[in-house]
Amino acid sequence: MNSKTVNYFEASARTRITCLVDTDSFAEICPPHFRHTSPHLARLNAPVAFDDGVIVGRATVAGHSVLIASQEGKFNGGAVGEVHGAKLRGLMERALDERPVAVLLLVDSGGVRLHEANAGLIAISELMRAVLRTQAAGIPVFALIGGSCGAFGGMGIVSRLCAEVVISEQGRLGLSGPEVIETVKGVEEFDSRDRALVWRITGGKLRRAQGEATHLVDEDVHSFRSKTAQLLGAYAEEKLKPAGLAGLTEIQRQLAERTESYAEARDGRIIFQVSGFTDLEAVALMPIDAFNRQLGEAL
Amino acid sequence: MNILFDRLFGTGQHHIAIDGDFLGGTATVGDREAVIIGTCNKAAINCSTSLKVAGAILAAVREDEATFRPPRPIVFLVDTQGQELSRHEELLGLNGYFAHVAECCELARCQGHSLITVIHGEAVSGGFLAFGLMADRVCALPDAQVRVMDLRAMAKVTKIPYDKLLVLAEESPVFAPGAENYWRMGAIHELWRKNDDWRRCLIAALTQTEQEDGRARLGLERGGRELAAPIAALVATA
Repeated sequence: MNSKTVNYFEASARTRITCLVDTDSFAEICPPHFRHTSPHLARLNAPVAFDDGVIVGRATVAGHSVLIASQEGKFNGGAVGEVHGAKLRGLMERALDERPVAVLLLVDSGGVRLHEANAGLIAISELMRAVLRTQAAGIPVFALIGGSCGAFGGMGIVSRLCAEVVISEQGRLGLSGPEVIETVKGVEEFDSRDRALVWRITGGKLRRAQGEATHLVDEDVHSFRSKTAQLLGAYAEEKLKPAGLAGLTEIQRQLAERTESYAEARDGRIIFQVSGFTDLEAVALMPIDAFNRQLGEAL
Repeated sequence: MNILFDRLFGTGQHHIAIDGDFLGGTATVGDREAVIIGTCNKAAINCSTSLKVAGAILAAVREDEATFRPPRPIVFLVDTQGQELSRHEELLGLNGYFAHVAECCELARCQGHSLITVIHGEAVSGGFLAFGLMADRVCALPDAQVRVMDLRAMAKVTKIPYDKLLVLAEESPVFAPGAENYWRMGAIHELWRKNDDWRRCLIAALTQTEQEDGRARLGLERGGRELAAPIAALVATA
C-alpha cells in the first residue's frame, strides 16, 4: 500500500497501522482470533468485535521500536469499554518492560462507551495514570489524531497527557462533542451542523495554533508517518524529561493567561488572529506547510 | 458545609475557605495537617475551576518542598455534575486543562503526597476523571451519586429500552449509576455509612494509600470487573 495515497481520515484502524509502520514489522498482541470481545455489549444484544475496537502491537517506524495502538472509529465510535481500555493500559505497562522509543496511540474515539459506561470511565482513569507512569519512566506517548471520531471525552484528556499530539486538519480534539453541547444547551449555544464553526472550535488548525496540538500534518498517512519518524529520531537522541514542579508551574501560568486573554471568546477566529493570521477566511484553505510556517515552525 | 467539615475533621480542626464552587484550605487528620481541595454545589468543572484545583495542588507541593517537611496528605472533597458543557470552554481546550490537573495529581503522588478522595455529593463523568479518580484511594459518603449518565439518557443514546436497562442494571454493575457499582468495580475503595465516625474513617483511609494503581485487581476480587485485570496483564506480558 502506498501511504502517500492513503487518506488517514478514511483509512481503517488496521490500514493506518500498516501504512504507518515499516513493512512487515507489525506484530499484533491479542489478535482477533483470541476473540476478546465485550461481554457487556453481548448482554445488550449489541454487535461485538473480536478486537473490541482497538488493535495493539509492536512494530518499528523508520527503524525505531514502538508499541502501537489503533482505535477503530467505525466500531461504536472508537469508544472505550472494559476490554478495549484494558488493552490500552496493558500496552502502557508493556512499555515499561520493553522500553520502546515511544508508544503511539492512534486515537479515533468519542470517549467512554455508554453500554458499559462505568467500566469505560474507570478504564480511562486507569489509562490516564498508566500514560503518566510510562512517560515518567522516560518513554514518550504520541497521540495521532485524524480519524472521523476525533479525540473526545476521556480520550481527549488522555491525548493531552501525551508528550506529542500530532493532528491533521480534519482531526478534532476536545472534551464534549458539539452534538452533546447542542443537545443539552441548545442550538444557539453550539450548532453542531455548522461545520465551519465546529472546525474553528475543535479542528486541527485551531488546536495547533493555540498549542493544544504539538504538530499539524497533511491528511495522508505518509505525512503522519514522516512526522512520527522525525519525532522518534529526536526522542531516540534525547530522552523525555518529566515536567516536574517548575514545568507544571509554567503550564499553569500559560493556561491561566489563556483563560484571561480569551475570557469572552466563543469562536476560534480570535485565536487565529492573535496567532498572526490576518486573512481569516483564507486560514481554512491554507496549505499545511504555509500554515506551519506562519506559526514560525521550521520545516 | 461546616457540618460536613466537622464530621470529617472535628470541630475547630479545619480552615477551609469556600470560593463559589471551590473549596481550599487545611485541616487536621489524625495528628497531621492535610491539604483540603474540593468542589461543592454540584460544580460543573470548567477551565477556571481546573486551574484552582491544579494551582492548589502545585502550591502544596511547592510549600512542602520549600520547608523540607514531609509531604502532607491531600484530601479531595468531590461534588461535581461533570464538565461544563459550553462552546467557550471547548474553545479554550477544557480537555487540556483536565489533563493539566491530572499531571499535577501525578506530580504530588510522585513527591510523596498521599491523595484521598471523599465524594460528598455527585461524582459524574469528566468532572470525576479530572481529579477525584486520580487519587490513591476513593471513599464515598452515604448519599454519594456516582455515574457517567443517568439511565433514561443512556436509553436514548444507546436506543435500548429503558425498562430493559433497568432489569439488566440489577445483574451487572458496568453501566448503571451508583456508588455501590463503582465499589464492586474497584474504583471506589470504601463506602462509608451514615453512622460511621467519618473522622476515624478518614484517618484509617490515609494509612492505606498505595502508589500503585490497584483498582483493576480490586474489581476482580470484588467480582465487578473480571476482564480488566487479566486482559491488561495479557497485553503487558504476552
